[in-house]
Amino acid sequence: MSSAEGTLAPAVLSANRISKSFGEIPVLFSIDFDIKPGEVHAIIGENGAGKSTLIKILSGIEQPTSGSITYDGETVTLPPDGKAEAMGIVLIHQELNLAEHLTASESIFLGREIKRFGFLDLGAMRSKAAELMDTLHVRVDPDDRINTLSVADKQMVEIAKAISRDARVLIMDEPTAVLSVAETQTLFEQIRRLTARGVAVIFISHKLDEIMELADRVTVLRDGQLIATVGTEALTPDSIAQMMVGRELSNLYPPKHEPDVDAPVVLGVRNLTAKGVRDISFDLKRGEILGFAGLIGSGRTAVAEAIVGLTHRTGGDITLDGKPVNFTQVAQSVDAGLAYMTKDRKGKGLLLNMGLRPNLTLLTLKKHIKGGFLDGASEDRALERAVRRFDIRARDASVAVGRLSGGNQQKLMLGKTMESEPEIVIMDEPTRGIDVGTKQQIYHIIAALAAEGKSIILISSEMQEVIGLSHRVVVMREGRLTGVLEGAEITEAEIMRYAAGIKQSGNDERISA
Amino acid sequence: MSVSAPDIPAKTKRGFRLDLKTVGPLLALALLVLLGISLNENFLSYNNLTNVLARSSFIGIIAIGATFVITAGGLDLSVGSMAAVIAGVMIMVMNWLIPTMGIGWGVVLAGMATGILLGGVAGTFNGMMITRGRIEAFIVTLGTMGIFRSLVTFLANGGTLSLNFQVADVYRPVYYDGLLGVPWPIIVFALVAIAGEITMRYTAFGRYCAAIGSNEQVARYSSINVDNVRLLTYILQGVLVGVAVLLYVPRLGSASSTTGVLWELEAIAGVIIGGTTLKGGYGRIWGTVVGVVILGLIGNILNLQNLISPYLNGAFQGVIIILAVMLQRGRKNA
Ligand SMILES: Nc1ncnc2c1ncn2[C@@H]1O[C@H](COP(=O)(O)OP(=O)(O)OP(=O)(O)O)[C@@H](O)[C@H]1O
Ligand SMILES: [Mg+2]
Repeated sequence: MSSAEGTLAPAVLSANRISKSFGEIPVLFSIDFDIKPGEVHAIIGENGAGKSTLIKILSGIEQPTSGSITYDGETVTLPPDGKAEAMGIVLIHQELNLAEHLTASESIFLGREIKRFGFLDLGAMRSKAAELMDTLHVRVDPDDRINTLSVADKQMVEIAKAISRDARVLIMDEPTAVLSVAETQTLFEQIRRLTARGVAVIFISHKLDEIMELADRVTVLRDGQLIATVGTEALTPDSIAQMMVGRELSNLYPPKHEPDVDAPVVLGVRNLTAKGVRDISFDLKRGEILGFAGLIGSGRTAVAEAIVGLTHRTGGDITLDGKPVNFTQVAQSVDAGLAYMTKDRKGKGLLLNMGLRPNLTLLTLKKHIKGGFLDGASEDRALERAVRRFDIRARDASVAVGRLSGGNQQKLMLGKTMESEPEIVIMDEPTRGIDVGTKQQIYHIIAALAAEGKSIILISSEMQEVIGLSHRVVVMREGRLTGVLEGAEITEAEIMRYAAGIKQSGNDERISA
Repeated sequence: MSVSAPDIPAKTKRGFRLDLKTVGPLLALALLVLLGISLNENFLSYNNLTNVLARSSFIGIIAIGATFVITAGGLDLSVGSMAAVIAGVMIMVMNWLIPTMGIGWGVVLAGMATGILLGGVAGTFNGMMITRGRIEAFIVTLGTMGIFRSLVTFLANGGTLSLNFQVADVYRPVYYDGLLGVPWPIIVFALVAIAGEITMRYTAFGRYCAAIGSNEQVARYSSINVDNVRLLTYILQGVLVGVAVLLYVPRLGSASSTTGVLWELEAIAGVIIGGTTLKGGYGRIWGTVVGVVILGLIGNILNLQNLISPYLNGAFQGVIIILAVMLQRGRKNA
């Protein structure tokens, strides 16, 4: 936390009674907000509360319907299309915003390339980029193309890009949603370095512990209304959560019902080898929630994709209910009752230019065919069900999914996956970008599915979530399975030991319970 | 702010905002018709209209296939040359069959079957190269465009392939006659359009095309067999080229290296004017029909007046295409 002189200094950027409507739909109601030099000001609120909209207005990307913006004491109209960057206001978008075919170094210097005698100085940009990446402890080569990077690395490149701008106000919309603990800590180091230099930082996150750690002040939005702006020292995670959802939040994690000891193994994986992973063996029992922990890039997604047939399996055996299977198409695994929900909702999960309905039913379109034709009414019913079950909030069903708030996109994707009524679900980061209230709902849904006898693989970088939900936890490190934890062993410290490679279990005897 | 859950599926009112992207092509069509009427009283005559529509129907039928290809994020540049080579082979097959089958509908039907079969084969070839060979659609169809064109030139020995004139007499009504005064090409065009519209909107295939064109990865993760759907769009395109050709052959009864030149561009132009996005993800058949008719009317109107040279036809079509794309983009930024 930074010093008290920050609070005395005048605000560098402030929003005065800002309101915003999209068409006839009001999204923000008369919001006052300000940020002072050297301060970290967090914005929190439920999905769709208007956080992203507010910071888009603060960076000129959206214009307010009414109200004004003050920058350096003067009332200004911020230029759109990110041109406010030149004025010192830099925004990192919630959804990654990099040109996929550029290299890391090209993206970092996009629009302000280093030149020498009028020509691009590629060498200088490359070494500068490498330097930046080093300070962030990212293992990305400046020449790597963006489309070859993992989501976390893309986010780190985006952060490097923002940090390298001479920002006076740095705005980050859920930068940590795709980052693991270690990466988050490096990011926080950098943020502290920047605030020490007087940079003002606006920070959005659904992870309340991060807010408590980093922020000086917190602004809470609910349904487009300003609920409060308070100093962090006056808050506890519980009180923030309560302000956010407007009710008390108890029991974030539902009680665990252990599956029967003699529950049959529904999914058996032996010596699975595929791109990025080697020699993975584990069993999933009926009614079990099997957590997959590990650092980002440890190969958890690669395991899931190899199982469902999205990537080619080079070795090993997979059995479903004891019968060997070999999926080469996702359709086969879905038909067999095994569904995978990707963590990359923008790139692989949702058709951003289409409405809710086609997105929801895309995976299971065959269920909505009557006499060879699509049955719109049946699709509508499915949407209605999903909207109720997952509490999806949208203006109307025809709005392009890309315009939903991030959390609602995530819920829609969950609905889409569950439409296939799978017996086994592999959920990859199912609560990424989701507010605590909804998280609680999703945790209860997951637990209820398990209690019903469905089996779940839960890949998550949120340690608390893995610990709070899983019956057993598989830990991976650099493409290998390093340990399977159960019962009282499932603790943060123990998981970290396996994830960091300090500990490694002698293999096979721990595969199944 | 946000609608409560059960209300969601209900469509909200569009308000008074005019959706230019939807009505744009219709508006353009209406303006052209008005212009036509004001320029020449013959414009609305039955003969003129059926003439325009019948000529547009070849491009139209091909453009309906192109709508599926483009919606799924593909492109087929070879359709014009494909049409020429199909016409050439059809004529050769029919001529060759006369000694065994005699003159009559038998030969003509065999020719038609050949045309559709050839279209399917050519489309399959394009589709296989693109999906299994993993070569870009632009490259593959640029290549087959050259191959087909040179094949027809070779088959015609640099000249013209002519259908035996007695068979041509039998075949002629397929272009010139019709049902209740409506020429067959128009009827076929209408039927293909209706079937296309239904396929695009109300079948899984249509939905899959849009999904693949919108984001191929999402489609793959949603258990869609991307390669097969893509392949199918090219086969469909090929078959529809075949259908267009079997209506076209009776019109002139010949094929040469100049048959079907630039048809691919006219078809793509019709698709784009109709509001389908060139990079895929969204397509509408009725728009394509309107787009093709617009292109046909421009030529017709230029012929019906004498202020502007009809040689400027291409320039007008070009302007319309650019305008259509500008409209599309304007909407997206809004
Ligand atoms: N361009 C737009 N057009 C129409 N509605 C929009 C647009 N952008 C946002 N909205 C709506 O405004 C509301 C607020 O969205 P916003 O993205 O600001 O939420 P958020 O607080 O950032 O949520 P999340 O935590 O899920 O990211 C949502 O209901 C959203 O659907
Ligand atoms: Mg947001």
